[in-house]
Amino acid sequence: MIAVQVAILVLVAATAVAVVLTREPLAQTIALSFYGLLLAILFFVFQAPDVSLSEIAVGSVALPLMVLLALAKIRGGAE
Amino acid sequence: MSARARGLMTSCGCGALAGLLVWALSGLPDFGAYHRLYGLYLDAHAVAQRHATNVVAAVTFDYRGVDTMIEEFILFAAVVGVALLLRAQREETEVGPRDEARGRRAPRSSDAVRMFGLGAVGPSVLVGIYIVAHGHLTPGGGFQGGTVLAGALTLVYLAGEYLVFRRVGPVELMDLSEGAAAAAFVAAGLAGLVAAGTFLLNLLPLGTIGEIDSAGLIPIVNTAVGVEVAAGMSLVLSEFLEQTLMVRGRRS
Repeated sequence: MIAVQVAILVLVAATAVAVVLTREPLAQTIALSFYGLLLAILFFVFQAPDVSLSEIAVGSVALPLMVLLALAKIRGGAE
Repeated sequence: MSARARGLMTSCGCGALAGLLVWALSGLPDFGAYHRLYGLYLDAHAVAQRHATNVVAAVTFDYRGVDTMIEEFILFAAVVGVALLLRAQREETEVGPRDEARGRRAPRSSDAVRMFGLGAVGPSVLVGIYIVAHGHLTPGGGFQGGTVLAGALTLVYLAGEYLVFRRVGPVELMDLSEGAAAAAFVAAGLAGLVAAGTFLLNLLPLGTIGEIDSAGLIPIVNTAVGVEVAAGMSLVLSEFLEQTLMVRGRRS
């Protein structure tokens, strides 16, 4: 169990860095969504399934979706 | 200021911050150690007192129900704020989605996305309702289930057309259910205040532990939160979509 906990902590840290280092907004949104999913797995591994469910819904679906829509609006206006 | 002086200042600041962080971390309790009385008490007595097997739900919707109610109104205020901010401005004309380049078909979602969306809408609605309905028994609850339901509505948009999305989730219905659900939470609280002098008192019969109709007031408040979150999130998404697809600024 400790090994799984360490593995997911390292993965979350690595993905967080990847989100920050991704400069292109669209790619960054997808990375952010992936980060949300990993964070949900982290919460699940640390025995917080309630928080994990919220994180899946908000972190990997709702937030990236809103960012994507905002991006679509900005790009639509720029054309 | 020269680059060297800036670098020196930054490294001093970072070093001090790292030192403070290590100092703070060394004072933390051991990993997994928990000695707070409130949590231990709830862990030992919540199931017997409230007949809810999900102690997290018992805390959020009963012991700390007022906190959750205020959180509901934070969400409510945020949704109202988005709706106000993204309303059609006076100088904007609202036109339907149309082909900007004539003689070219508007790109549609790919067949794969449409098939997946179509297949996933039903299960998503079912999972959303399940998570809301079993919030007091298993992990989940109104917030989580409500967000899944709003996600199902998004799948309708992905799989079909914007107009189908509008027909499945009319803005008026979302407005109404969001407000009504927020009001239902307050009404449930006031019922306890009127009947026994305590806001949000769990007066209903508690039922058998583990049954879906157990835990008294908790599933009712939970459902109200589920409706409010589903409607609120859908409303925000539809406002964003409308902003993206429909409202065009004044053309010069």
